[in-house]
Amino acid sequence: MKFASLVLANLGRNKVRTALTLLSVVVALFLFCTLRGVLDTLDSSIKVSSETRLVSRNAISLIFPLPLSYRDRIAAVPGVKSVGYANWFGGRNPNDPGDFYAQFAVDDENYLPIYASDVEYTRADRPQGSGAVPAGADPKLAAFFEDRTGCVVGEKLMTDHKWKMGQTIHLAGTIFPGDWPFTIRAVYRAKNPAFGEQSMLFHWKYLNEKGMGGRGIVGWYVLELANPGQAGAITKTVDALFENSAASTHTETERAFQAGFVSMYGNVPFLIGLIGIAVVLSMLGVAANTMMMAIRERTGELAVLKTLGFSDGTVFGIVLAEALALTGIGGTIGALLAKFVIEGSRFTAMGFLPPMTVRWETVITGILIALLMGLVSGLVPALRASRLSVVDALRRVE
Amino acid sequence: MAAVQVRDVRKTYQRDQQAIPVLDGLTLTVADGDFAALMGPSGSGKTTLLNLIGGIDRPTSGSVVVGDQDIAKLKPKPLAKWRSRNIGFIFQLYNLIPVLSAQENVELPLLLVKMKPKERKDRARFALDLVGLGDRVKHYPRQLSGGQEQRVAIARAVVSDPSVLLADEPTGDLDRKSADEILELLGRLNKEFKKTIVMVTHDPHAAERANRVLHLEKGVLSS
Repeated sequence: MKFASLVLANLGRNKVRTALTLLSVVVALFLFCTLRGVLDTLDSSIKVSSETRLVSRNAISLIFPLPLSYRDRIAAVPGVKSVGYANWFGGRNPNDPGDFYAQFAVDDENYLPIYASDVEYTRADRPQGSGAVPAGADPKLAAFFEDRTGCVVGEKLMTDHKWKMGQTIHLAGTIFPGDWPFTIRAVYRAKNPAFGEQSMLFHWKYLNEKGMGGRGIVGWYVLELANPGQAGAITKTVDALFENSAASTHTETERAFQAGFVSMYGNVPFLIGLIGIAVVLSMLGVAANTMMMAIRERTGELAVLKTLGFSDGTVFGIVLAEALALTGIGGTIGALLAKFVIEGSRFTAMGFLPPMTVRWETVITGILIALLMGLVSGLVPALRASRLSVVDALRRVE
Repeated sequence: MAAVQVRDVRKTYQRDQQAIPVLDGLTLTVADGDFAALMGPSGSGKTTLLNLIGGIDRPTSGSVVVGDQDIAKLKPKPLAKWRSRNIGFIFQLYNLIPVLSAQENVELPLLLVKMKPKERKDRARFALDLVGLGDRVKHYPRQLSGGQEQRVAIARAVVSDPSVLLADEPTGDLDRKSADEILELLGRLNKEFKKTIVMVTHDPHAAERANRVLHLEKGVLSS
């Protein structure tokens, strides 16, 4: 600690250079933690999915549908409490094609009740009719069930678009072409933020009638189980039922399904990791260059310190401490900025991901990496300083 | 008692394939409390001799004993520790650390010994008072004149109370008035504080302040 003032004074010697190097470390660690945050978020999106619910999809790929007729046969499997189903809609805002968010057509009877424990409805439109809802459904959804074009939207989606309750919004279908009007009838809030609040849910019947000509095609089934311990057996039973059908099924836990969904990003997580490493390595180069310049400029002063009795080891430590202070301070600022700025922005990648998370583990990892980079970048200058010949260095000064 | 004993010291520098002899069997004794001026033309080996006495260079052969320590036998780490306690260096160009205040510069040698910050500060202030700069403790080298900088350098050299002061052209970069003040100060340190001083100089006027003047020529003492 007694050398701290010397270390800090040396860092303040060339303020512009120190500030620029510090800035480069801040930016590098901010980017690194943000990129790691994307991976954290992908991981969160998997973990929020239930291991006690099953998802049944086409065995070939998620993009191939299943017939609606499977519903009753799946529901008849012992241990299956209820079966919901959904389709990916993929509509776009006709006025702003860049404004994209996830939309799902879901069945009326079971889908929403299955997810009752994950969401709560914070706002709902007033029903015009009897106010009846299917068994197990939230009474607040009465207006939604009464309206064929009704939809339920996530709170963040509602806020971001400044929509109002009862407002009619239009989507241009991409998979199911045409103009699709929807009326907002309820707003949901996720009990776990990782569940996300940027999706829109509407009646599967509306999609079936208008978009699929009543063909009854389903994207995937969601199975609620009476006893989660039977998930393994039920998975096998369901898949065995359709083994020889034109559309055989692949059934897995919802968490595994979500993980598969994330894996559709292909090598993106790998690339993100690679970019993170590249950013950190470039930071290493900047920090090392700064330290080399700083030491070269101070050859005479280092010789004087040695003349005063500073040992090679002490000089080595002082130079290394400078590099560590530079990258440590910059790294901490960058990592904390990523934590608070990225999380504060609640970025959701157009609803594909839950709100961005930068875990504390990532922040600490970032700071440790910054310190490691300080160690590596300071090593060569510190060694040079410690091995400096006092006589030669003083001769240059004198 | 001898403060410095240099016995049959040879020093040869190697430049590429060429050996350059600088000191050739030099023997010298500086008594405790003596003030010796070392004169001679450039390249005669004055600074090399000073470096050998201060333990920042090693002789090719021979021995250098300061106090009762044969410093040529010390390994680098103990040698650095010994230097911090026994030798004070004063350079021609002062060699202060520009980003540290006068007080922080003087405190530097004390960072190497176990000492509470307050005691360190008090001792640095005492040393600055001694050289007449008690009112400049917060000033940085760029805010001081050449003479004042050299006085800070002297305070730094004496703050750890070494027995031997080695001054390499301490007035070489100063005007006559400042040079006289510095020589006065060195004389005071020698007489009042019993410091043994070995001073390299080209200036006969400065050499007059010493108790004895030694002439070095081609690596050999001529008188």
